[in-house]
Amino acid sequence: MSTSPTTSSPSAEPGRKSALHTLLRDPQAVISASILLVIVLLGLLTPLLTDHGPNDSSLDAVNAAPGTPGYLLGGDKSGRDILARLLNSINTSVVSALVGASIALAVGVTCGLIGGYFSRRVRGVTEWLFSLVMTFPGLLLLIVLLPVTDGDYRVTMLIFGVLLSPGIYRLVRNLVVGVSNELYVDAARVSGLPDRRILRRHILYVVRGPIVIAAAFLAGSSIGVQSGLAFLGIGSNEVASFGTMVSDGFANLYEEPLQFIWPSLLLGIMTASLVLLGNALRDALEGGRPKASGLPRSQGRRPVPAADGTGRPGATDAVSGLLVVEDLSIAYPTPSGELKEVVSGASIRLEAGETLGLVGESGSGKTQTAFAALGVLPPEAVVARGSIRLDGRELLGLPETELRAVRGTSIAYVPQEPMSNLDPSFTVGAQLVEGVRAATPLSRREARERVLALLDRVGIPDPKRTFDSYPHQVSGGMAQRALIAGAVASRPLLLIADEPTTALDVTVQAEILDLLRDLQKELNMAVLLVTHNFGVVADSCDRIAVMRHGTIVEAGSTAALFDEPGHPYTRMLLDSILDEATVRTDGPASPEISRENAAPGTEAS
Amino acid sequence: MTSPLLDVSELSVTYPGRGFRARPQEVLHAVSLHVREGETLGLVGESGSGKTTIGRAVLGLVKPSGGRILLRGQDITHVPAKVRRRLARDIQVVFQDPYTSLNPSLTIGDILSEPLVVQGASAPDARARVRELLDHVGLPADASARLPREFSGGQRQRVAIARALAPKPRLIVCDEPVSALDLSTQTRVLDLFIDIQRRTGVAYLFVSHDLAVIRHVSHRVTVLYRGDVVETGAADRITTSPEHAYTRGLLLAAPVADPARQRERREERRRLAALELSVKKVS
Repeated sequence: MSTSPTTSSPSAEPGRKSALHTLLRDPQAVISASILLVIVLLGLLTPLLTDHGPNDSSLDAVNAAPGTPGYLLGGDKSGRDILARLLNSINTSVVSALVGASIALAVGVTCGLIGGYFSRRVRGVTEWLFSLVMTFPGLLLLIVLLPVTDGDYRVTMLIFGVLLSPGIYRLVRNLVVGVSNELYVDAARVSGLPDRRILRRHILYVVRGPIVIAAAFLAGSSIGVQSGLAFLGIGSNEVASFGTMVSDGFANLYEEPLQFIWPSLLLGIMTASLVLLGNALRDALEGGRPKASGLPRSQGRRPVPAADGTGRPGATDAVSGLLVVEDLSIAYPTPSGELKEVVSGASIRLEAGETLGLVGESGSGKTQTAFAALGVLPPEAVVARGSIRLDGRELLGLPETELRAVRGTSIAYVPQEPMSNLDPSFTVGAQLVEGVRAATPLSRREARERVLALLDRVGIPDPKRTFDSYPHQVSGGMAQRALIAGAVASRPLLLIADEPTTALDVTVQAEILDLLRDLQKELNMAVLLVTHNFGVVADSCDRIAVMRHGTIVEAGSTAALFDEPGHPYTRMLLDSILDEATVRTDGPASPEISRENAAPGTEAS
Repeated sequence: MTSPLLDVSELSVTYPGRGFRARPQEVLHAVSLHVREGETLGLVGESGSGKTTIGRAVLGLVKPSGGRILLRGQDITHVPAKVRRRLARDIQVVFQDPYTSLNPSLTIGDILSEPLVVQGASAPDARARVRELLDHVGLPADASARLPREFSGGQRQRVAIARALAPKPRLIVCDEPVSALDLSTQTRVLDLFIDIQRRTGVAYLFVSHDLAVIRHVSHRVTVLYRGDVVETGAADRITTSPEHAYTRGLLLAAPVADPARQRERREERRRLAALELSVKKVS
């Protein structure tokens, strides 16, 4: 099991494909990258492809038609070779993209790493600096600085790179702040790694994806801005650029429309390819959205209850009980499109007023089973077969409105994490009143009285104060009490509690379990207690169902199951419990053996 | 052998207040404890008791506002970054969450060899040591070429333990290292901790909220409550007949996996709670 990683390796293999591999299989990435490659190659091979310089003009070639010998795409109004100018413009664009993107990346990434990783004071400085840069009106500044740049587009792109850097800085800083709190960065610090190495190996490496993606977009916008400036006639006229070509063609639009088309087309293809490549990179590096499984969505919501239609007419009458789950199977679509069963043929039965413990380790499907009974499985879940009946009524396949009525009055739910199940922007009281009013015809005043009485009942010392508190103002234990108050408000027949005490301290856990037990007796409700803790089960449950790999391996009364577990898995679980007998008896290890680590495998036990 | 391996005296830690003009909050109030060579000191307490903060202060991840931390008599409370990096050879850590404590983009081999290479080991030496470490924690040698996400929680925690063992430390701070694991995995990982201690003589500062876990691995136990030490003593005494009322309450609150005995304990606990309540009402 957990000690034999070999079992997990085959299924994990497909996930190991590198980002490059994914990229190579993505047609969008392959096509856009090939287009860019071809364009860049054309630019590099300019001297071989044409005899003319970009500014060589000849009176013979003024507005020459495409196909004129030596002028494949014709000549412009000044008699310059359009092909030569196009090829040179490619080079201008590529240089612009490289200069703009690399400056923005160099400045933004460096400062983002520093600002995100080091102390708050350092971040204050970088933050201020980049906010300042952001206040500059970009394009205007580039025009105003023309005397400084001397019309050289490369210097202009350098400045433009600095102007672009705040976006990158913000992106990197946010990523780094998030990653710096990860435990593996703490672990790297404890390992004695210098900050520089942590930044390079552990932080930059993890945040590289979004940076690569941003680089593609930066390159695209650099090309756009360079062409835009050239179109406006800002900068040297000597440099061939898509901007100047579009501008020339524009002036000549009515006589020779093709002169306008060529540069626009190439500019469009280049920037579009960069954006598409950026998107493909995002999908590859950030593991794009999962593909739809190809199954109709309705299948997940409207399953066919098997018990009625599979030739087992007696099944409905044979098993009675408050909650009867029979042969339940729940599956989820995997990325490859197949269905993976997480619950396969689970059956449980719960009598009125009884507490059933649904026990299992992580991944056993116990929470999925509980969610299915509540009718709150996520939309992609597929209930393949089975039936869930509450008081004889089939819940699977019930329309959402009816299901909502059942949830409000007959089934209630207590979650694992009380805090994440309360909306932080409303008071605890307001949320409980809303729940009570949805389930009962009480007026607002009456509902409020009812909630206050319930809060008092669940042992909250000052109900009025808790009623008016926001979730962050109460402790986890109090929040769980409040949620229990809300759950029992409509006197449900069945309370489903999913690990209700796992997130709580042990002393609070004992109080919550006491409360649940008292309420259960008082209201004579059945409780389905989903848990991994056998102590909790021993404390609260009348009967136990042990779940493993989506099936119930064993069920029975609590006393019988603890005394004589029938299934080897149950026995194994019970044997793993650390009880009083497992107190450590051997003394501290002799520090002498530490000098030389003993050879592995010498330990007899 | 007069001075203990780790000696924490009067340690206080203060966190800055959150929000505008919020007052700073002291989460540890002059806590003293020590760990001897080769022993396990269990630190047990509920959330907000400061047990994790003690571990982080020893590791140098939070700055103490008062008190001293001595490692083999050497003061390491406030040391420059360079000295702190050298301390990595003596003090290591295993964190709670095996899912976030391993860098998802590095292979197991890289994760394990990195600290070694940084401390000056040659590449072949590091590789050999990685093989040895994997064997130590019961993972196959071919694990080195794989990524953390290919392993289960228990296996990842084994990797984290191997990483901690890499520089042959004298002390490992274990911060709830089995809390995120399933029951059966938990027991196996705890046994691995004990096994490694017997073999290497490393000492553990073992932080947990679970008395059963603490009882299983500790020689001595310190109980914390809201930043103060409640009591310290031998593990079997603290976990069976504690002196302090808080520890007794903690012990009774943890449910045992035996329906009949748990019923008795529950009644005992409720009787004590009722008693406490009536005492409060009288006074």
